[in-house]
Amino acid sequence: MELRHTPEEIAFRDGLRKTFREKIPAEIRQKVSEGRHLSRDEIAASHRILHAEGLATPNWPVEWGGKDWTPVQRYLYVEEVQFNAVPMPLSFNVAMVGPVIANFGSQQQKEKFLPATASLDIWWAQGFSEPGAGSDLASLKTSAKREGDHYVVNGQKTWTTLGQYADWIFLLVRTDPAAKKQQGISFLLVDMKTPGITVRPIITIDGAHEVNEVFFDDVKVPVENLVGEENKGWDYAKFLLSNERTNIARIGFSKEKLELVKARAKETPSGEGMLWDDADFRRRIAIAEIELKALEITQMRMVAAQRHRASDKPDPTSSILKIKGSEIQQMTTELMMTVAGPFAAASPEHSHNAPPVGPDWAEAVAPQFFNYRKVSIYGGSNEIQRNIIAKAFLGL
Amino acid sequence: MDFDLTEDQRLLKDSVDRLIQDNYGDFEKRKTHQADSRGYSPKLWAQYAELGLLGLPFSEEQGGFGGSAVDTMNVMETFGRGLVLEPYLATVVLGGGFLRFGGSAAQQAALIPGIVDGSTTLAFAQIEAQSRYDLFDVATTARRVGSSWLLNGAKSLVLHGDSADHLIVSARTAGSRRDRDGISLFVVPAKAAGVSRRGYATQDDLRAAEIAFDSVLLPQDALLGEPGAGLPLMERVVDAALAALCAEAVGAMGALHELTLDYLKQRKQFNTTIGSFQAVQHRAADMLVALEQARSMAMYAAMMAEHPDAATRRPAIAAAKALINRSAELIGKEAIQLHGGIAMTMEYKAGHYFKRLTMLGSQFGETDQHLRLVAERGLTEAA
Repeated sequence: MELRHTPEEIAFRDGLRKTFREKIPAEIRQKVSEGRHLSRDEIAASHRILHAEGLATPNWPVEWGGKDWTPVQRYLYVEEVQFNAVPMPLSFNVAMVGPVIANFGSQQQKEKFLPATASLDIWWAQGFSEPGAGSDLASLKTSAKREGDHYVVNGQKTWTTLGQYADWIFLLVRTDPAAKKQQGISFLLVDMKTPGITVRPIITIDGAHEVNEVFFDDVKVPVENLVGEENKGWDYAKFLLSNERTNIARIGFSKEKLELVKARAKETPSGEGMLWDDADFRRRIAIAEIELKALEITQMRMVAAQRHRASDKPDPTSSILKIKGSEIQQMTTELMMTVAGPFAAASPEHSHNAPPVGPDWAEAVAPQFFNYRKVSIYGGSNEIQRNIIAKAFLGL
Repeated sequence: MDFDLTEDQRLLKDSVDRLIQDNYGDFEKRKTHQADSRGYSPKLWAQYAELGLLGLPFSEEQGGFGGSAVDTMNVMETFGRGLVLEPYLATVVLGGGFLRFGGSAAQQAALIPGIVDGSTTLAFAQIEAQSRYDLFDVATTARRVGSSWLLNGAKSLVLHGDSADHLIVSARTAGSRRDRDGISLFVVPAKAAGVSRRGYATQDDLRAAEIAFDSVLLPQDALLGEPGAGLPLMERVVDAALAALCAEAVGAMGALHELTLDYLKQRKQFNTTIGSFQAVQHRAADMLVALEQARSMAMYAAMMAEHPDAATRRPAIAAAKALINRSAELIGKEAIQLHGGIAMTMEYKAGHYFKRLTMLGSQFGETDQHLRLVAERGLTEAA
C-alpha cells in the first residue's frame, strides 16, 4: 500500500502542469480561478490550445486522437486541469457525445463528427433534460416520428448549458411512445441551424446566461443522424452519464479554491490582525481540508480499483464522489463568501472604468456561491445518488 | 499509488479474520472472554502470539516480524469488527511503540521477547486528574535520589493498567506542570513497592485502572529515552496508536453498518421492510459515504503513522482522527436510530458498537483537539 505517486507519475503530472501554465493564457486561467464566466472565444481558444497539444481528448480511443493512458494518468490529467484553473475542454464534445459516437456511431458518423468534435469546429450542446423530465430523465416527452428518410422532432429541452453557442445538439427523443419508459428512447444528432429550433436564454440567480431552453417545432432530422439503434438511446445515455460522473468529484477544483481562500484570508484584515488569524475561520478551513483529503484518497482508491475492473463498467463509488465532491465544492464557495465579507454584497455595474467595490475579485464571489448550488443538483442530484447507493450498493 | 495488500498481508489478514470470527462472531463468546478476571481471554492472547500478531511491529532483530503500520491497520480493523477485548493497543501498539521508538537495547531485549510470546503485557500510564488530553500536562514527578529515581503521583484511566505487568509512566523530571520540556518516561514493574492499582470496567467493556505511585524507587535504567525529552516520544507513539484506533473504528463502523442493513432488510412495519422507505434509505446511504471517507483516512493514517517528521505526521494523524470521529458519530447514532428500540438493549450488539465508537472518539483527544491541531498546522501534501 502506497499513497505517493511514482516518480514517473510525478514527472507526467509536472509535464502537464508546465504545458498548462505556459500555453493557456494567464488571463483565462485567472478568470477561471476567480470564478468568472468565460466568453465563447475564451472557451474556444483554450480548447483549441489543448487540442493542438494533444490534450483535449485523452480518454477517446487512440485511433480518434485519444491517449493510451493508465487510470492514474487520466486522474492526474483531470486534477491538473482543474488545479491550474484551466477550463476543461468542452465536456459536451469531449466527455459526452464524442465517446458515444466513437463507441456506438457508424463509421460515417465517426468520420464526419469526431475530428470536428475534438477540435471544436463543431460546438455541441446536450439535449437531455426537459421541463417534466429532470431527475426522472426517462419520462422525457420530446418525440421523433419517422417520416421516410427523416425524423420529425417536436418538444422542448431545458438547462441546455452554453446552447447559445452550439452548432449541433445531441438529443434524447422518444421514438416509440408505446414502449415502456426507458425502452422507446433514441439518441439523435441535430444541426442547430435546422428550421424549427428556437433557443431562449434562462438567466440563473447569479445573473449569468449559462443555460437555455431549446424548442423543437417540426424539426426535420435525417435518419443518418440516429446514433446506434433506434430505441436503444437509453443505453448510450447511461454510458455517457457514467463518464460524466467519474470526473464529478472535482478534487483539483476544490484544492485550487481552498488555496485561494487561504491566500486571500492572509491578505484580508480582520480585527487586530488578518482573517487567517481567526481561530473559528481556521477551524472551518480545517474541516474542508480534511474532507477534501479523505475524498482525494477515496478517488484514488477508485482509480486504483479500475485496474481490477472491466473498464467500461461505471464504478458505483462514483455516487459517493458526487455527493461529497459537490458538498466540498460548495463549502469552498461558502468560505470564499466569508473571505469577501461585506464586499460580497456589492453587485456593481460594469460601466466605464468604475473602480471595484472592495478587492477586485470580490464581485465574483457571491455569484459563484449562488451558481454553485447547481453542483448538488446536476449530473444526477445528490438525492438520486443516494437512491443509487441504496439500491445498487446496499441492496435496500 | 497502490492500495493493494501484498500476498503476505492478505494471508495474515485472512488468518486474523478467521480467528476473530471464530472467537467473537458469536456475541455470547465475548461475554465469556469479558468474565475472565483480566477482562479478556488469556487463551486468545496466546493464540495471537502463535499467529505472530504480538510481534508484528517489531523488527526481526528485535525478535518480531517486521510488519508495517498497514499490517497493524489490518489487525485493528478486524479487532474493531469483533469488538475485541484483548489489550493489543495497550501492549503492542503503545507499550511496543515506546520500546521501538525510545527503548534502549537493554530495555528492548528485556521486554520485547515477552510481548512477542504473550507472557508480558504493558500499559501506558499518562492521564492525570487535571491533564485531560494534554500529553504535556504532567504533575507526577520523578526525582533523582543517588543513582535511583523516586516516583510520586497518580495516573487515571490507564487502559488495561489493572492487569499489565509493566507500566510506561510519564513523569516530570524538570520544570512545572504544563511545561513541554522536562517530561521523562519510565518503565515501572506493576508489582513494584509503592504502586497501588484499582481496576474497573470502562463503558465499552474494556478495563482500566487508577494507579498511585507512592515513593516508588526505580533503578537508573528504568528511564526510557532521553531525560526531559519525553513529549516528542509520546507524540510519536500516540500517533501510532491513533492510526491503530482509526482502523479499529473503521472495522467497528463497517460491521455496525452491515448489521443495520441486515436489520433494515428484515424488520417489517406497515406490511413492508423498513429498508424500503426512502427516508431510511438515504440515511443508510449517508452512513456509507461516511464509512468510505473514514476508510480512506484510516489508510492515510497508516501510511503517515511512522513518518519521522512530526510537522508532517501530527496534523495528518489528527486529520484522520477528526474525520473518523465525525463518521463514527454519524454511523453510531444513525445505527441506533434506524434500528429503533432493539439497539437500546444490552443484549443486542449494535449498542456495544455505538459505545465502543463513542469512547474511541475521545481516546487521545476528541474531535475538537484534533481539528485545532489541523487548523493551526495545516495539512501538507504527502505526494
